[in-house]
Amino acid sequence: MTEKKIRILVAKPGLDSHDRGAKVVARALRDAGMEVIYTGLRQTPEQIVETVLQEDVDVLGLSILSGAHMTHFPKIMNLMKQKDLKDVLVFAGGIIPEEDIEPLQKLGIREIFGPGTPTETVIDFVKKNVQKSR
Amino acid sequence: MAVASQIVTSLLQGNQRAVAKAITHVEDGTSEAEKITALLYPHTGKAQVIGITGSGGVGKSTLIEKLVRELRRGGKTVGVIAVDPTSPFSGGAFLGDRIRMQDLSTDEGVFIRSMATRNNPGGLARATMDTVRILDASGKDIILIETVGAGQSEVDIIKIAPTVVVVLAPGFGDAIQTIKAGIMEIGDIFVINKADRESADKAVINIRAMLQLGTQRGKWIPPIVKTTATTGAGVSELLEKIGEHREYLSKGEASQRQRRIVREELEEAIKRKTAEHILTALQKEGELDNLISKLLSKEIDPMSAAEEALNRILTRSKRR
Ligand SMILES: Nc1nc2c(ncn2[C@@H]2O[C@H](COP(=O)(O)OP(=O)(O)OP(=O)(O)O)[C@@H](O)[C@H]2O)c(=O)[nH]1
Ligand SMILES: [Mg+2]
Repeated sequence: MTEKKIRILVAKPGLDSHDRGAKVVARALRDAGMEVIYTGLRQTPEQIVETVLQEDVDVLGLSILSGAHMTHFPKIMNLMKQKDLKDVLVFAGGIIPEEDIEPLQKLGIREIFGPGTPTETVIDFVKKNVQKSR
Repeated sequence: MAVASQIVTSLLQGNQRAVAKAITHVEDGTSEAEKITALLYPHTGKAQVIGITGSGGVGKSTLIEKLVRELRRGGKTVGVIAVDPTSPFSGGAFLGDRIRMQDLSTDEGVFIRSMATRNNPGGLARATMDTVRILDASGKDIILIETVGAGQSEVDIIKIAPTVVVVLAPGFGDAIQTIKAGIMEIGDIFVINKADRESADKAVINIRAMLQLGTQRGKWIPPIVKTTATTGAGVSELLEKIGEHREYLSKGEASQRQRRIVREELEEAIKRKTAEHILTALQKEGELDNLISKLLSKEIDPMSAAEEALNRILTRSKRR
């Protein structure tokens, strides 16, 4: 009777005013057989990390367009560490300049997808890496 | 044993992470799941469980958010289980109820869990009852369950929640269909949400007429409450009615309902255990494939095949 499903939180930190992109990714992940928790716009780092904890997700996908990733992402990753949520696979998507990628990866964000990344790429990434981090 | 007892020990102390892990175990049906449920069973039965059901988009999640706020003001701790449907095609699910509740997520007295049905019929997940127990044992005073929003045959909530709130909205679905769906029969309290809309009073009159037509269960007359979940108007009145219903139940019907709920569960457990037992035994002997072939060639029908399988296993255990 075991029935393991990949659970994933798609979250939008910051003050972006729309979430079309995040929703497209969320729906694609659902269509790939995953359980996608979607929390809407303007999530604080605290809300995101608390949701990761309560929902016990395997994966956290962060989406940001506003350019505030260097303030929000480190906060989120620190809180994750504090709460001992190191097993969660984290990726990000949105408009993130080249020079920020390395520092973000050092924080533990495993992959960063630029705008226009095909959803298949994201799905493949999740499927390949989620087992490893469990 | 170690994993299960560790999780249970810390969830009994209210540790949120342990609560979350325990829920995943029961959802996934892991080898620890039954041990976890067994260990925490003696610690359950304290929480008040309330079901919130109704068609998609009537405002269940928004209403729950306001209910939780009001309950928190009264010093109560709250668990929320929000169920959404699994897509039968992909097996995936979009769990969006939290969108309306995110402001509660950092409140330590609140635990919210989204849950997919994983193709369980009836508007709930198979693990919903066990999740109620986990939240109950972790010390939550009140547990709110949001069923999937299809509103057709999603009536399993009465098997779990002693108090069921049916949420309707003006202009949503025609009355006849609602009656057919049986949803009118499961409501202890009716809410006309989106009362900021013009036709709300008309909806109240319609529902009242419909309830008078229906058969009454016991002495309780289901009240109808108007709410505007977006502003919170009517929410404290709804809580009052919920309180009154609890009071009413405690005067007699509670133990009856509890008995029914437990019986329902026992039946379910027996079915599951026996089915699992028989299927595993048949599979081991290759007899399952045998029966499938016989079915395909129309040598036997499914019911007779089940009978044959059952007899085989019963005679064998007698011999032992
Ligand atoms: N005008 C008005 N809109 C409301 C009210 N309550 C909820 N809504 C809106 O109705 C929409 C659906 O609300 P939800 O709370 O998500 O409804 P739901 O029943 O949980 O929906 P599902 O979970 O999809 O079945 C949202 O856009 C809400 O803002 C209300 O009292 N008045
Ligand atoms: Mg909802």
